[in-house]
Amino acid sequence: MFKIVVCVKAVPDPKEAHKIKIDPATKTLTRTDVPLVLNLLDKNAMELALQLKEQLDAHITVLSMGPPAAGNIVKECLALGGNQGFLLSDRAFGGADAYATAYTLAKGIEKIGAFDLIVCGMASSDGSTEWVGPEMAAFLKIPVVTRVNEIVETGKEWWKVKASLENGYRLMQVKLPAVFTVTRELNTPKSLSFSGIIKARKKEITEWNIHQLGVSEKTVGQKGSPTIVSDLATVDGKRTVELISGTREEKADQLVQKLAEAGVI
Amino acid sequence: MENQLGPVWVIAEQIDCRILPVSFQLVGQARILADRLKTSVETVLLGDQMDAQIHQLFAAGADRVYLGNAPELTYYQPEIYTEMIVRLAKAHRPEIMLIGSTSVGTELAPLVAARLHTGLTAHCIDLVLDDKKILEQKIPAYGGMISIICPEKRPQMATIASGVFPQPDLDENRTGEIVPLEIPAEIPHRIQTLEIVREEPDGIPLESAPIVVAGGAGAGDPEGWKIIADLSETLNAALGSTRPAVDEGWIELESMIGQSGKMVSPELYIGVGLSGELQHMVGIAGAKVMVAINNDAKAPIFEQVDYGIVDDCREFVPVLIEKIKEYQEKLVTC
Repeated sequence: MFKIVVCVKAVPDPKEAHKIKIDPATKTLTRTDVPLVLNLLDKNAMELALQLKEQLDAHITVLSMGPPAAGNIVKECLALGGNQGFLLSDRAFGGADAYATAYTLAKGIEKIGAFDLIVCGMASSDGSTEWVGPEMAAFLKIPVVTRVNEIVETGKEWWKVKASLENGYRLMQVKLPAVFTVTRELNTPKSLSFSGIIKARKKEITEWNIHQLGVSEKTVGQKGSPTIVSDLATVDGKRTVELISGTREEKADQLVQKLAEAGVI
Repeated sequence: MENQLGPVWVIAEQIDCRILPVSFQLVGQARILADRLKTSVETVLLGDQMDAQIHQLFAAGADRVYLGNAPELTYYQPEIYTEMIVRLAKAHRPEIMLIGSTSVGTELAPLVAARLHTGLTAHCIDLVLDDKKILEQKIPAYGGMISIICPEKRPQMATIASGVFPQPDLDENRTGEIVPLEIPAEIPHRIQTLEIVREEPDGIPLESAPIVVAGGAGAGDPEGWKIIADLSETLNAALGSTRPAVDEGWIELESMIGQSGKMVSPELYIGVGLSGELQHMVGIAGAKVMVAINNDAKAPIFEQVDYGIVDDCREFVPVLIEKIKEYQEKLVTC
């Protein structure tokens, strides 16, 4: 059977993420209680897996690393149609950069067993690095295609996919097993169905801590991360704003006048 | 004698055998860093028929160019490119490695970083050396700026967008050493770039447009977005966006301005329905005149522009469009 692993991330709800600020005095983050949601682009990854499940009779494993609350997003993916879920959760995994995250996920994938395809969103809304997919592929010693926006051909071993480029695309031929990171253009994710939620209640999520995963503390979390945040700084606004007031008509008139005087329209 | 630090590296990128502007910008910045570190600037260039352009890398500040020049290297080939750079880095131990955050650079950089077991910072908007000569890699986050360092592992790797650093002055008298590279024999060949297709972008390119109108989540829905697009069209401007607008699917990723998108410096910037997150604002810091239209008077954008209008953009922008048209008609009749 064709086996797919979908790697997903619980991220601070983008609608509220702006509430997380740097406190200028303490140089720490002001609040961390923003609710966690499934990273937007991971929904496209999940949708690809679900489409392949229909076409190829595939089996979908959902994998995440995060705090216990991240179990909810794994559950959500099971409700969307995933077959089994795994959550890698341990205090020791905390503070991981992309390198340590990719390493931990790769170890999780190795422990889960054989796979044909790994998919994840091209980036997370909180980190936006795009590193985890390719670094995971490097650790698993398999090829990766990032920014996949079209599956052109699904052969037995060799697939053809398009990946987005500045003003264009590259057509890639790739031998499975491989990692794909996907863009929003790839597909339109379906919403949760009531029956899916009911079915997901019976599906188990396996949680592994550092001992169950069988990795050394030095290789994961902050200790396993080559990079660290050395400083947090606030930035002062660079311009003095002139607020234009009045009725809509007056404001529009004044703005046009000022821009005309500045010679920019 | 003090131990000589490893060189500062730039992985140059070419499209259709032309070196990208970002590669020269990074060579310029590498020169500044290397002078402080008392070390050299080295560039890796993989492509085909690249000979004619190498002197430009020297003119921009490179001391040495590692050159892979073969038809197989015309397109970015993930396995071959990664393998060549990894081997070279293991042999020459660069202190710093800079890569443009293009689509290709954004895939290649993490492949190289993971193989070298080192850190990599995405979309830096500044690179400075601290007292201990460690590279502070600045990125905007959480309404401020954070510094990321890679204290122990080498090279210290970062990706940087085009436009973050200026085009360096070219010194045509500078020369350097060219070191030819062989393509390694034992490549697994499990992935291949078959074709690269470039399409002419629609509309006015963001990077060269005198006027940029950018929209954000405040558009609310596709109809709201259309209003912002109409404003852009009225002004014959390029239409830009923030990450949330792209995530909503209102506009293509190519339109995104900021840290992980494009850096632009138009004569006039109008930000509509966007809060002014630093990730976006760093991309338009060079604009001459800046305007914000947002219904939230407390939005950070009102501290970063010249003119502010606190109003619902969906109501205000249509009125503004009418006034601009009136002004434009007057200009024509004068």
